[in-house]
Amino acid sequence: MTKREGLEVSIAVADAAMLSDVDVVSAYPITPQTHIVEHLAELVANGELKAAYIPVESEHSAMSACLGASAIGARTFTATASQGLELMHEVLYVASAMRFPIVMAVANRALSAPISIWGDHSDVMATRDVGWIQIFVENGQEAVDNVICAFRMGEDKRVLLPVMIHLDGFVLTHVIEPIELPDKKDVDRFLPPFKYPLPLDPEKPVTMGAFGQPFIYTEVKWAQEINLEKSKDVILEVWQEFGKAFGRQYSPIEQYQTDGAKVLLLTMGSYSETAMVAVDKMRNDGKEVGLLKLRLWRPFPYEELRESIKSAEILIVLDRAISFGGPGGPVCSEVKAALYGGEKQPKVVGFVGGLGGRDITMSGFEEMINRGIEIARTGSKREFEIYGVRE
Amino acid sequence: MATAVHGPGIITELEPFTPGHRACSGCAEALAVRLAAKAIGNNAIIVNATGCMEVVASPFPYTSWRIPWIHTLFENAAAVASGVEAGLKSMEKKGKTPERNIKVVALAGDGGTSDIGLQALSGALERGHDFVYICLDNEAYMNTGIQRSSATPYGASTTTSPAGKESLGQITWKKNMPAIAVAHDIPYVATACPSYHRDLMKKVAKAVATPGPAYVHILSACPTGWRCPTDDAIKIGRLAVKTGTFPLYEVENGQYKLNLNLTKLEPVGNYLKMQGRFRHLTEDTIKEIQERVTQEYNKLVALASKSGEKASPE
Repeated sequence: MTKREGLEVSIAVADAAMLSDVDVVSAYPITPQTHIVEHLAELVANGELKAAYIPVESEHSAMSACLGASAIGARTFTATASQGLELMHEVLYVASAMRFPIVMAVANRALSAPISIWGDHSDVMATRDVGWIQIFVENGQEAVDNVICAFRMGEDKRVLLPVMIHLDGFVLTHVIEPIELPDKKDVDRFLPPFKYPLPLDPEKPVTMGAFGQPFIYTEVKWAQEINLEKSKDVILEVWQEFGKAFGRQYSPIEQYQTDGAKVLLLTMGSYSETAMVAVDKMRNDGKEVGLLKLRLWRPFPYEELRESIKSAEILIVLDRAISFGGPGGPVCSEVKAALYGGEKQPKVVGFVGGLGGRDITMSGFEEMINRGIEIARTGSKREFEIYGVRE
Repeated sequence: MATAVHGPGIITELEPFTPGHRACSGCAEALAVRLAAKAIGNNAIIVNATGCMEVVASPFPYTSWRIPWIHTLFENAAAVASGVEAGLKSMEKKGKTPERNIKVVALAGDGGTSDIGLQALSGALERGHDFVYICLDNEAYMNTGIQRSSATPYGASTTTSPAGKESLGQITWKKNMPAIAVAHDIPYVATACPSYHRDLMKKVAKAVATPGPAYVHILSACPTGWRCPTDDAIKIGRLAVKTGTFPLYEVENGQYKLNLNLTKLEPVGNYLKMQGRFRHLTEDTIKEIQERVTQEYNKLVALASKSGEKASPE
């Protein structure tokens, strides 16, 4: 029997990697990811986790070492945030294109300048197109469960892709939550050993990362895209299996209080928890408001999104990053693109908020929803508004 | 049919790096890789940085490598090799794979080593991974069209350090990469040149057999970038060594050893004048280079005599 205990989320994420029997951890410290990698180093030092811990000299090398370890067939984990994610940017593309199922926890944090150690989604959005499976989690339990799921998703022979688990810096990484860590033997049953189909092996030599000339490059990229699109079926399958084994079921978009809701708010990550409380209050006040929590960011869940907005007239999207000089928030513009031309098109209103650790309170969400309704009815002078900005 | 580079009982016929690659004619670097591969053997994994040797050896769907080989990016060969090495160790320790003593060898050019890859290399050497790093030094970014690197020698004209009315070409002295490797207190550092093929193979074999990190810096003439006839690459390599421009030496656990007992250095002008990249140099500049080469060579002689190791006659 497993029991729930008070655990710091970062510690629990590291424990989840241990439960997944990782062979190699390669990481470089950056706030607010540090507690995850510190705990992993500690687990290795104590012999609780049998793995090589490579204390690399940069995030670029952290991800590069992950490539090497994954290429010989080792189960590989790392974690980073913010500037670290940007520094490993070019390596991220290689990890997905060369089909290495590395799992990485990202403690989402703002980008410089000005330097800010606090949370937002600017780091994620800059790595939107790197070809990884990307999952946002809302609380510590989701983080733990999805790290374990991530290995099974990525390592599935139909997938073979790296997976990022996004968890908000500080408000998630550094809080103590009641968390149920699964039993090792249950995880072993759920997660089969990693068998990379064609690892680097002197007994069966392969050439990896050959030079792609124009006659083949397009086909390689096409195969990669199809593969990521199709990974959704496996992601759903793994979540279903996980639900059966552990009793907690995940989905690409989670609906909260959406029955009969004319107005929907869409959020990602930990801020969804505050948004739920705001939605509860507004429901109590008799307003037909609901919440969509976008969990699967890549591959983007088009069908699920279209399905979940069927009854809505207004859809308000909160982004925690700006696409400078563009349409506002990256999530909002994707949501618009996904719905455009469809049978059912609610008015989509975009907000940017929660930048660099700026809190959005329950009443803040209420205010945002009300302003969103107003914009949907009367319009705004801007493509998007920044919630709570002092102009 | 390629002519086998071997003497019976002396050099193995093993060719992990096969003929048919796309290197320019007269490329001494491809020869260096071929010789190094012979010394590395079949029980190895090669991690190749972006550069000439990556491009010429792996135009999909072809490969020149009979042993497992991976290329990912430009600056990260040492980091990828770190992951390969740590991964193998971890898998063996956990009993997931049998112990096979697989050798891990990173290959990178002078730019990938002394410029963009220096940090990753320093990290990997400092962490003590059991691997060999081979720098294939042709003294500029030849793959992209002869741009200067920090390994380009003083006075060389390249496309980004062109000689002109206001410039004699490269205005900085070649970065001393072997010394940087030595500063990491690693067990084995060596310089080599394919013009001395047996010396090169001996050193690579020694590096491979050394537990912990080993660094081998191989100077290889690039007729395309050095502006010389394609059949001069071996001769030029020999002159680089004999003039003291590129001395052959080893540093084992901090002890320097000069490998060739050069009683008298040949004038550096003999080396420079064979190459178009130096053709604009005045006698004054050649003199300046001569002074520097002599000074650097004497430093090495002093370091080697401190170790008390005798160099073998050429």
